Amino acid sequence: MSGRDQFMPAPAPHAHAGTDVGRTMRRVQLALLPATLFGFWLFGWPAVHLFVITVGACLLTEAFCQRLRGCESRLWDGSALLTGWLLALSLPPWAPGWIGALGGVIAIAIGKQVYGGLGQNLFNPAMVARVALLVSFPVAMTHWVAPLPLGSAGAPGFMEGLHITLGTLPVPDAVTSASLLGHAKTELSRGIDLAQALDAAGGALAAWHGVRAGSLGETGALLLLLGGLYLLARGVIRWHIPVCVLAGVALPAVVAHAIDPGHYLSATTHLASGAVVLGAFFIATDYVTSPNTASGQLLYGIGIGLLTWIIRSWGGYPEGIAFAVLLFNALTPVIDRYCRPRILGRTRRGAPIRATQGSAE
Amino acid sequence: MGILDRFLRTARFSGGVHPDDHKRPAADAPLRVMPPPARLYVPLVQHIGSPARAVVAVGDHVRKGQRIGEPQGAVSAAIHAPTSGRVIAIGDIVAPHPSGLPVRGITIESDGRDEWCELEACDDPFALDPAEIGRRVARAGVVGLGGAAFPSAVKLSGGLGARVELLIINASECEPFLSCDDRLMRDRAAEAVDGIAIMLHATGAREARIGIEDNKPEAIAVMRAAVAGHARIRVEVIPTRYPMGSEKHLILVLTGREVPAEGRPSDIGVVVHNVGTAVAVRNAVRFGRPLVSRLVTVNGACVREPGNVEVPIGTLAGEVLAFCGGLRVDHGGPARLLLGGPMTGMQVPTLEVPVIKGTGGILVLDAAEVGEGDGGPCIRCGDCMRACPVGLLPLEIAARVRVGEVDKAAGFGLADCIACGCCAYVCPSRIPLVQYFHHAKGELAARTRGTQRNETIRTLTRAKAERLEREERDKAEALARRAAASLAAAAAAKQSAPVTEKVAEDANEESGVCA
Repeated sequence: MSGRDQFMPAPAPHAHAGTDVGRTMRRVQLALLPATLFGFWLFGWPAVHLFVITVGACLLTEAFCQRLRGCESRLWDGSALLTGWLLALSLPPWAPGWIGALGGVIAIAIGKQVYGGLGQNLFNPAMVARVALLVSFPVAMTHWVAPLPLGSAGAPGFMEGLHITLGTLPVPDAVTSASLLGHAKTELSRGIDLAQALDAAGGALAAWHGVRAGSLGETGALLLLLGGLYLLARGVIRWHIPVCVLAGVALPAVVAHAIDPGHYLSATTHLASGAVVLGAFFIATDYVTSPNTASGQLLYGIGIGLLTWIIRSWGGYPEGIAFAVLLFNALTPVIDRYCRPRILGRTRRGAPIRATQGSAE
Repeated sequence: MGILDRFLRTARFSGGVHPDDHKRPAADAPLRVMPPPARLYVPLVQHIGSPARAVVAVGDHVRKGQRIGEPQGAVSAAIHAPTSGRVIAIGDIVAPHPSGLPVRGITIESDGRDEWCELEACDDPFALDPAEIGRRVARAGVVGLGGAAFPSAVKLSGGLGARVELLIINASECEPFLSCDDRLMRDRAAEAVDGIAIMLHATGAREARIGIEDNKPEAIAVMRAAVAGHARIRVEVIPTRYPMGSEKHLILVLTGREVPAEGRPSDIGVVVHNVGTAVAVRNAVRFGRPLVSRLVTVNGACVREPGNVEVPIGTLAGEVLAFCGGLRVDHGGPARLLLGGPMTGMQVPTLEVPVIKGTGGILVLDAAEVGEGDGGPCIRCGDCMRACPVGLLPLEIAARVRVGEVDKAAGFGLADCIACGCCAYVCPSRIPLVQYFHHAKGELAARTRGTQRNETIRTLTRAKAERLEREERDKAEALARRAAASLAAAAAAKQSAPVTEKVAEDANEESGVCA
């Protein structure tokens, strides 16, 4: 019994399940990988460059902030990487590099570190950055491109892609396209019926295969779903939030579409387009900014889904998941306050249960 | 009773964890009995309650089982000599506690004869009055052997003042690494069941249920065979899940009923005793044998011959380890020395600490078993909440404790925490949650004590002020009366002198009483 360690008093328990934060982060990243690679393939080199810039900006900002705060460096716990990753996936794939860089700085500095770093932030950092960018630079943030897979004719090469990302080469007009939700919103505002509008835009728009215009990582809905199921299977996330978000979008869509298909998109279109799947499995489930208890998570998930549908259907923006997530992030402390587990031996209100002396059967 | 019926009857508690149990091969190794070492260090407090008072002097010769410590107060336990020999010191010995601070104890040098003192046996314990059983158990210094070491007699014979309907025998042994109860049941099932029958008689309960986790099939089989003749004793197989052995959780699983918070099992007519305690009660009542030894699991990757050992109370942990072949030095060496199980046991700073009545295990774990790793900030993953078997929000409590808001922590149900360690076991950030809670509980207790003290001071001050005021008033009244009396006397003096004297005397007497 030599050495020092066994003499350092350590508190019980003297055993551990072996879980750690880094492993959780790595699993989320693994789950995101298929959809991310699909996005890279679909949108080509500019998307890769944007991704690298965004993630790099997040890591640099994290390192800088940790240095500024004089705290121990936790750069490699994977959390800043994940924030950058999620932010990049939510950006238009050919967005200029400065959008990604600025977004990274906003996400980490304003979204996370000012609150005190990992675990302290009230809002999802990636969504804070996305919404800040969307509100400040609406043009750059809604400039979508048609899928131009790597290796296809007209797809930019590595250097050309770099020029596009750095803004030294204009994005050719032929490439720009509208996302389905944006298209539907524009047409509706022009008084054109949805059935007509979608028909004109091509029926395949809502297809689940993901070859469509949209954010960098949101189009591969099936791959995102696959990743989400992996996270569920691994116990990284629980079903409550994703199922409720999806249901919250789908249920009102089913009802409204049945009543007025000319004005309301179908549930399938809602689920397959935009960032609902990405949001449901990867963004709304962020531990730090979501409620803890199962009941709280049900409430939170339904709320996000519903609000997303409301914003998409009646709001000024074609997509609403980022706003919905932020709003319910703000409500999380309130939800946590009211949704608490029942304590053993107490009623839900916290009073000791009444002793019942009687048969043991 | 069909399978479905059984399934429906099985109550569950939410939370809990499934750590690797590490019970084998130690549990399968035959039980060994350790002879008394040359010196025994017997602390005077080995139980919950007030310490015992030494009733021997240095130089006295004692025999095995002789009482050397007298219980003091309502909740206390007697201490007996674990072997025959000479008392060589009464003073400080290293406490089996993480602090390693001294505790008062009696050191006995063995004479090697291990001679019992005269014991009061009883052929038919069932003819004894339940209160008499309680007295005999108290005399034998029996405490709960599950770890809490609460004096058993208090719980046995209606000491809690409530009628007991059901006696639950805790044989779940949910702590990883420990197997002393398992071994005890396998080797001494008949004794255990006899003890349980005596306890049934003492408590007046209608029936007894023995809860055994399903990871101990051998013990279940042996115990089932042993209870075959007893209509009122039943073996219940319960799922393996930590903390199944927690009193309130075991009751919930076995009866489907919850013990009210802030209450005791007796509130719902239940009393829980450990299976090892049953054997100790039997030995105490049938043979008058006090509790001078216990089964201890010696386990951990660093122990050369892990297994269960019957150890005389007061034997140093180092000597028990030596009896088990000493420590292995390969694979990195020992990382942690523990008394008790890994979930709730305590780390001790040295091997020079004695085994006491509540010591169920001596564990020497290596780094892999301890699972050390780097910590970090809370990411609110909620694993602790899902692991908590009581339904608390450890992350919220810890967040409050961290910033010193102990009152708010209490508002989250801190007082209901059973310190089982499930939350810290699963925490990916390795936050020492249990430590936080202990700290906050201590703070709250200190505050309550402070409030009580202030309250007492205020009451006393008020009483003093009232007393002074009363004295003032009485003095004033006495003076007034005297003045009136002297006036009256002066008036009366003109008429008759003897009467005046009498009145003055009365006045004096009165003022004398009041002053």
